[in-house]
Amino acid sequence: MAKQIHDTPMLDQLESGPWPSFVTGLKRLAKDNDMMVDLLGQLEHSYETRKGFWKGGTVGVFGYGGGIIPRFSEVASKFPDSAEFHTLRIQPPAGMHYSTAVLRQMCDVWEKHGSGLVAFHGQSGDIMFQGIRTDKVQAAFDEFNEMGFDLGGAGPAVRTSMSCIGHARCEQSCYDTARAHRDIVNTFMDDMHRPALPYKFKFKFSGCPNDCMNSVQRADMAVIGTWCDDMQVDQAEVKAFVASRGRQYVLDNVTTRCPTKCIRLKDDDTLDVDNRNCVRCMHCINVMTKALKPGKDRGVTVLIGGKRTLKIGDLFGTVVVPFMKLESQEDMDRLREIAQNTIDFFAENALEHERTGEMIDRIGLVNFLEGIGLEVDPRMIDYPRVSSYVRMDGWDEEAAKWNERKAG
Amino acid sequence: MAEMRPPIESGVPDPFQYMHPMLRRNYGQWKWHDRPRPGVLHHVAESGEEVWSVRAGTQRQMDLYTVRKLCDIGDEYAEGFVHFTIRSNIEFMVTDKSKVDPLIAKLQAEGFPVGGTGNSVTMIAHTQGWLHCDIPGTDASGVVKSLMDELHAEFIREEMPNRVHITTSCCQINCGGQGDIAINIQHTKPPKINHDLVGNVCERPTVVARCPVAAIRPAVVNGKPSLEVDEKKCICCGACYPPCPPMQINDPEHSKLSIWVGGKNSNARGKPQFHKLVAAGIPNNPPRWTEAAAIVKKILHVYKKDAKDWERMADWVERIGWPRFFELTELPFTKFHIDNWRGARNTLNASTHIRF
Ligand code: HEM
Ligand code: SF4
Ligand code: SF4
Ligand code: SF4
Ligand code: SF4
Repeated sequence: MAKQIHDTPMLDQLESGPWPSFVTGLKRLAKDNDMMVDLLGQLEHSYETRKGFWKGGTVGVFGYGGGIIPRFSEVASKFPDSAEFHTLRIQPPAGMHYSTAVLRQMCDVWEKHGSGLVAFHGQSGDIMFQGIRTDKVQAAFDEFNEMGFDLGGAGPAVRTSMSCIGHARCEQSCYDTARAHRDIVNTFMDDMHRPALPYKFKFKFSGCPNDCMNSVQRADMAVIGTWCDDMQVDQAEVKAFVASRGRQYVLDNVTTRCPTKCIRLKDDDTLDVDNRNCVRCMHCINVMTKALKPGKDRGVTVLIGGKRTLKIGDLFGTVVVPFMKLESQEDMDRLREIAQNTIDFFAENALEHERTGEMIDRIGLVNFLEGIGLEVDPRMIDYPRVSSYVRMDGWDEEAAKWNERKAG
Repeated sequence: MAEMRPPIESGVPDPFQYMHPMLRRNYGQWKWHDRPRPGVLHHVAESGEEVWSVRAGTQRQMDLYTVRKLCDIGDEYAEGFVHFTIRSNIEFMVTDKSKVDPLIAKLQAEGFPVGGTGNSVTMIAHTQGWLHCDIPGTDASGVVKSLMDELHAEFIREEMPNRVHITTSCCQINCGGQGDIAINIQHTKPPKINHDLVGNVCERPTVVARCPVAAIRPAVVNGKPSLEVDEKKCICCGACYPPCPPMQINDPEHSKLSIWVGGKNSNARGKPQFHKLVAAGIPNNPPRWTEAAAIVKKILHVYKKDAKDWERMADWVERIGWPRFFELTELPFTKFHIDNWRGARNTLNASTHIRF
């Protein structure tokens, strides 16, 4: 039995309604947990005053420089039992699969050491165990760590990553996202656990251009599946689809929505795809899930520099590898090498608190590509330069390089 | 400290040990899928094996009793395995079709809405807010809860023109990300500086460097080293607040909500797009943020009515044009909608393409 709970008239209003209520959950925890009693009190106080009352600080575990988000209350005199309410960021299994057994084990550890409040998952992908006192952090981490879980990233470090469900349950998946996620991110554990980069660095892995992981915008390095041969079309299924939905539906919702107008419905109710002009947008495949599929020669596109607002405004990643296979160990090693080169270049050249996208914006894509050893490619741009204000006296050498690459 | 235990730097856990056996068996071998009803995905493998995934909304910030309850459901109906989506929905994989309906009934009875698939309004991307961030201008869990209460009917159906991904952010760092609709804090006054604390608490050059518009300069105030802000230049972004908490940006009255429309990350049809400002100056009103919810519902209502099948919010606005968007949603168009940040010129109409 915990201490008397505070009156929370504002939070109480969030207990009604059809969506599951976090307030009801907090109150359930507060029945036998004093920390949650005061946490509810502080949260109600925030609702009343429209102010936040947490400040940061320094809390960690032995051997690591990051991964715990310290939270100290500024109103601890009123709410002493939630004076310390730190978060453990724990990396999820690739693809966010869980057995109920492991979830129960996590609950038991968290019941023993922490508040009992957990988020599946934070926007960066961590399991966020929210609410633990400084003196219990090490013990909780030790137990999670013994279970096979590791802390995620915080501060100027490689951050926790996410991969889509991909091969595990999606026919659109063009590479093994879980394997890439583990192979790549696990290479950078030192950069995750001992923050020493100019700023955060995020990887994300999406199996196809639907980009369920939002990697184009949320990752410094986005690895997105794609294919380079012809899309697979099962014409019998196309006919069945036309028969059930009607020609007009296919015209309105499949062919006219193709961004490059490269897919046509023929008189015999089959589809004709001009694959050279298909930009692998996924739309037609999303609509006709049984009839259409990505091609068989699959790989990835790599984009660098996605981020949110601070400081120059939102950026999407930019293509730096238009296509590469990601099947053999050598393919994976090559991707790891590109990632390593990128992080090394970032570590050396970014200003403090500058993301990769901002760095590329400042120095230009070409300098970045030269820095990490990648060749220019017209698939990296929307259109060529429009300004003539540039010095071009190296033209012949550059043209020769292109011709050489084309020949080789 | 000889007794300290060195960490095992195991990194990302191997998912196969936690993966439903049916998914493990058919890894990389899926053939096609369809959606028999909202909230259920049906996948068929090359081997002919089939799996039904039932998706339910959660509150994301879960107490361990809720997690255990979900585990009980998983044990009873889904062979002891679950999967979480990026939007904190939980999925139960069912290999016996006859268990799908009982599972749905059970989830609904326990208060977990089944839906969030296909062309629905799925769970809102959720940040930390007053519950546990150190810089928030508003709450996150409460905003999401109150909006999802309002949008519940669209979560459990698939009746929108295309999927709708909503995001929220409780400061202008915008952890929530791009969305078809984004509801974000927008401060409207410069930081209030506690000059007594700046010298001791803040690394001044770092703070000066953090400002996107170079509005901060070192100063001596009341004989103490501090920082001052050129309030004419300041865009009230709050970027100085995390590295320097004495520069308080959050204001119960003047930290407002803004609403942005048309962002997407997927490549389907058009390229990924950023969301665009449509409304601001919305009061930050706990516990239910009714003013913001009303605008979101209005936008969704108009979109649902006017957009064609498969038009994502961005596609729809591109077809009908922004003037018509403001007309249909009855939102005021102001000088603040005209961008003046980097690249702003590319956002202006340099043509005579105008709809009348
Ligand atoms: C004191 C400072 C900060 C704290 C405590 C903090 C904490 C967090 C947390 C906990 C998340 C996950 C949010 C959730 O899902 O609940 C997150 C995500 C994020 N944060 Fe921060 N953050 C801070 C500063 C920043 C800054 C300065 C930036 C930007 C420049 C930033 C950008 C982001 C972005 C973009 C995400 C979403 C990431 C993704 O989806 O990969 N944060 N942050
Ligand atoms: S990103 Fe593509 S492959 Fe991955 S889950 Fe989404 S649709 Fe499937
Ligand atoms: S994937 Fe996109 S670009 Fe390619 S044919 Fe289909 S709709 Fe057109
Ligand atoms: S949006 Fe801002 S206030 Fe909200 S969780 Fe992210 S960093 Fe914290
Ligand atoms: S609020 Fe933003 S613009 Fe204003 S001083 Fe701080 S960092 Fe600069």
